[in-house]
Amino acid sequence: MNTPTHLKYAASHEWSKTESDGTITVGITDHAQEALGDIVFIELPAIGRTLKAGEECAVVESVKAASDIYAPISGEVIAINQMVIDAPESVNSAPYDHWLFRIKPANPDELSALLDADGYAATL
Amino acid sequence: MPQRTPLYAAHVAAGARIVDFAGWEMPIHYGSQIEEHHAVRRNAGLFDVSHMCALDLIGPDATRFLRRLLANDVAKLTTAGRALYSCMLNAAGGVIDDLIVYFFTPTRYRIVVNAGTAEKDVTWMQTQLAGFDARITLRCNSKDESQTKNALAMLAVQGPQARELFYTAFPASRAATESLAPFHAREWPTDKGVWLIARTGYTGEDGFEISLPANAVAEVWQTLVDIGIKPCGLGARDTLRLEAGMNLYGQDMDETTSPLDTGLTWTVDLRDTNRDFIGKSALVTRRQEHQFVGLLLLERGILRAHQKVFSSQGEGEITSGTFSPTLNQSIAFARLPVGIILGSEVVVDIRDKRLKAKVVKPVFVRNGKSLLEFST
Repeated sequence: MNTPTHLKYAASHEWSKTESDGTITVGITDHAQEALGDIVFIELPAIGRTLKAGEECAVVESVKAASDIYAPISGEVIAINQMVIDAPESVNSAPYDHWLFRIKPANPDELSALLDADGYAATL
Repeated sequence: MPQRTPLYAAHVAAGARIVDFAGWEMPIHYGSQIEEHHAVRRNAGLFDVSHMCALDLIGPDATRFLRRLLANDVAKLTTAGRALYSCMLNAAGGVIDDLIVYFFTPTRYRIVVNAGTAEKDVTWMQTQLAGFDARITLRCNSKDESQTKNALAMLAVQGPQARELFYTAFPASRAATESLAPFHAREWPTDKGVWLIARTGYTGEDGFEISLPANAVAEVWQTLVDIGIKPCGLGARDTLRLEAGMNLYGQDMDETTSPLDTGLTWTVDLRDTNRDFIGKSALVTRRQEHQFVGLLLLERGILRAHQKVFSSQGEGEITSGTFSPTLNQSIAFARLPVGIILGSEVVVDIRDKRLKAKVVKPVFVRNGKSLLEFST
């Protein structure tokens, strides 16, 4: 299982990456994409929506099941990745390249509540 | 403790993702269920269906018993190896299980039932056997050692190239089975016991279902894989059967559902008015309460079981829904109020959204081709 060490993780299988401008890019982990199987549909939050940490904000559906995606931290949605909407299967092939949405954090301290790679791997 | 088929080790070695299905540890896919689905539509796929339960029914009253037990009429089976799909109903006309029965002689039949219902099916059949001179022998894989001595394993090879590839692997079987019409089977004696080779399946493609001694199946599986038939899991089996318009017990119907409400009226044979099968009197008074239809989602999203459907005739519910790899859109079966018109639009509740879907016949793909242009 691929779990890059430069990312932070939620136990609900989202990864978070801090960009140079302080925004947070969010995707789903390799473990999540493998557990889901062939991904065929992705629904993302509206740009401008304000999220609370832990709030359901997106849906990733494979052939066999729908899985809710939770906001890793609070903040405003400032971008979504149209490419994964058009080609959901890309998340299966490269889950850390194909992000879902980007958040401008309301409180960057919340990031410290997320797991590091070892901590996440221990939950699997 | 979940049960395993004789092919469990082969599945694990092939990289299968294993899930619990009706108490059995079965492969859901070996990497990509969509690729497996396409393999069956375009070439050939191989399924382990040994979790299903085979029963032998033998005795002077076998035919009389089945004409009482089943909603379809085995009397129309007159050539050896002829297969019949039927529901087994309770007294209220609800579906206890759907099954396939193979006729060999009027005193000998093979029955194949679903894995999840096998135990209650056998109990029900044994109860109904009182007063009939016939005997049921379990041929399933079971934890009970005393029953596994003559256990059968079951494989399905499905797809446009399935039969040809099977003959390449087992050339000697060609002469015995090449003339088989769909829904016919033949017993083929081998040095590894008798194989029942049936031109049946659960995918909407041509192919065989093969029952053979459990202790021979691992080698046969490997031979078929080596010849180029792709192992396929239960995930692809589900999308294939849904596209092909085939019901899944426990999802599209159960003991509370009449066959008339789940698109299986064609399997209820009322032609012999003197025949009194279990559930008949209930079906005659109960009438049809729902129309079983197909749905095509016209917007982005995935239809799933239990989503609510709103139509001009009232509310209904999706019984099975998925993404169709062949059509590249979401499809479903739904039970709607009687009177719904094919081609009309309905609305489906998906989470917080209401999305449009089109009502079509509940069969989407056959022999690799979309049927949508014909279903308005």
